[in-house]
Amino acid sequence: MADKRMTLDDFVGELSSGMTIGIGGWGSRRKPMAAVRAILRSDLTDLTVVSYGGPDVGLLCAAGKVAKAVYGFVTLDSIPTDPHFKAARQSGAIEAMEVDEGMFYLGLLAASQRIPFLPTRSGLGSDVMAVNPSLRTVRSPYDDGEELVAMPALRLDAAVVHVNRADAAGSGQILGPDPFFDELFLGAADRRFVTTERVVATEQLAAEGPIQTLCISRLLTDGVIETPGGAHFTACVPDYGRDEGFQKEYVAAAGDPDAWAAFQERFLAVDEDGYQAATREAADERAAAKAAKEGK
Amino acid sequence: MTDTVTTEETAAGVTRAEYCAIACADVFRGDGEVMASAFGTAPALGARLARLTFAPDLVLTDGDAALVAGAPALGARPDSLVLESHMPYRRVFDVVWSGRRNLIMMASQIDRTGNQNISAIGPWAQPKAQLVGVRGAPGNTVNHSTSYWVPNHSTRSFVEQVDVVSGVGYERAAAAGPSATKFHEIRFVVSNLGVFDFQTPDHVMRLVSVHPGVTIDDVVAATGFALVLPDEVPDTREPTAEELDLLRTVLDPRGMRDREVKA
Repeated sequence: MADKRMTLDDFVGELSSGMTIGIGGWGSRRKPMAAVRAILRSDLTDLTVVSYGGPDVGLLCAAGKVAKAVYGFVTLDSIPTDPHFKAARQSGAIEAMEVDEGMFYLGLLAASQRIPFLPTRSGLGSDVMAVNPSLRTVRSPYDDGEELVAMPALRLDAAVVHVNRADAAGSGQILGPDPFFDELFLGAADRRFVTTERVVATEQLAAEGPIQTLCISRLLTDGVIETPGGAHFTACVPDYGRDEGFQKEYVAAAGDPDAWAAFQERFLAVDEDGYQAATREAADERAAAKAAKEGK
Repeated sequence: MTDTVTTEETAAGVTRAEYCAIACADVFRGDGEVMASAFGTAPALGARLARLTFAPDLVLTDGDAALVAGAPALGARPDSLVLESHMPYRRVFDVVWSGRRNLIMMASQIDRTGNQNISAIGPWAQPKAQLVGVRGAPGNTVNHSTSYWVPNHSTRSFVEQVDVVSGVGYERAAAAGPSATKFHEIRFVVSNLGVFDFQTPDHVMRLVSVHPGVTIDDVVAATGFALVLPDEVPDTREPTAEELDLLRTVLDPRGMRDREVKA
């Protein structure tokens, strides 16, 4: 079996400006944030980002990497919206394709099946059809004659997802309760990357969790990157939950240019190891501040 | 929601939030084995209350990736839940598209013909305020019964026409044709002031009941369009003693409901 292990720099080297990139996870859950941070450090630009959006979309917007976002929502889960994505939309800085989240699923499914579209009732009558004038409907060729939305394939130049475990050959394991649509992001893409908390030997995978957790096959992967803490600050259960304290810091910093500059300097202008160290330090500071406030 | 309110019952000190929870429970009345999805505190309580009383076959979710047995209290510890099935997001769409679901969503804006907006305020191309996005609202509304919960009824939330149609109302569904109307139903709108439906000849919003302590004039003043006002508008029904006890001691002992809706 091929050894598909690579570094974050290798991953960025496989991408180029102007690409359409799919990002796995959902909201502020199991996002391939180490990969997103690597893109932030690169000179890539003019990207179309396709995502069940969370802070991945926000951070890429803040860094001016995004030409267009394709999404059904962008949320931080415990905080309803992402401040940078909001700002990018409200300033008109990015183009947007906003669709029903089920349509989004069908777009990925169509791309992964190499067909041009899939029909769905979802979207009919809503402004999704008005704000995306390229969307078409299709009439059933059968006796019912129903007119349905033809959700176009969301074909991706590249996709990246984050999983709990993977082997060097690219079999991925998701130990949390929801695999989301990661398999379809990979299926829809030409270049497919999996970041993982830990690379383990193939024979170790079955010991980590039941067969259903082995939901990314190596048929779907070109590159495997070991990034411990690689979903931080989003949730990556059971390895870790969302870092709510840090997420709050992220949102607070976004509201003020000076605070955002300081946030960038401390957390984003450093490599991945530097990020992990800085966020651990920030967690200690928050714990100390909390203890001081409670008079301990 | 036609029960007469007696002075005695009102004196029991039922809070506004409890009337809201009761009204949300009634959204699920008559439902059999369907997945109840509920956003917001009053809807979450309503679905649980319905499950424990008049809609025992309802299927509740844990808010993550599972269906749960029984009706856990709000904020119950995850390890205390009895899981009965795996329901990751991809499977949720199977349920949505099968129609075996009844949903209460929230609405930043809702209008006269039942359109809902959670996408953006102002023009979509460059909004004044980008909200979360349309999420599943377009698909939900044309696939299964949908109701709305608006905890802050005002002329800003009840508007003549929403800025971005996320959830599809009656007029828009009709204009889109039979595929859009086939499974479309906006059952109720519950706000902190009253209960509304679309059971009028042209499917425009009608006032069904006002929560005790609210007048029809209060509702009219807080609504940015002409509501259909029946000759008789009853108060929202009183909870039964059993319902009140379930709400207060079993489902929400910490009183989260009163933080969502004051008074």
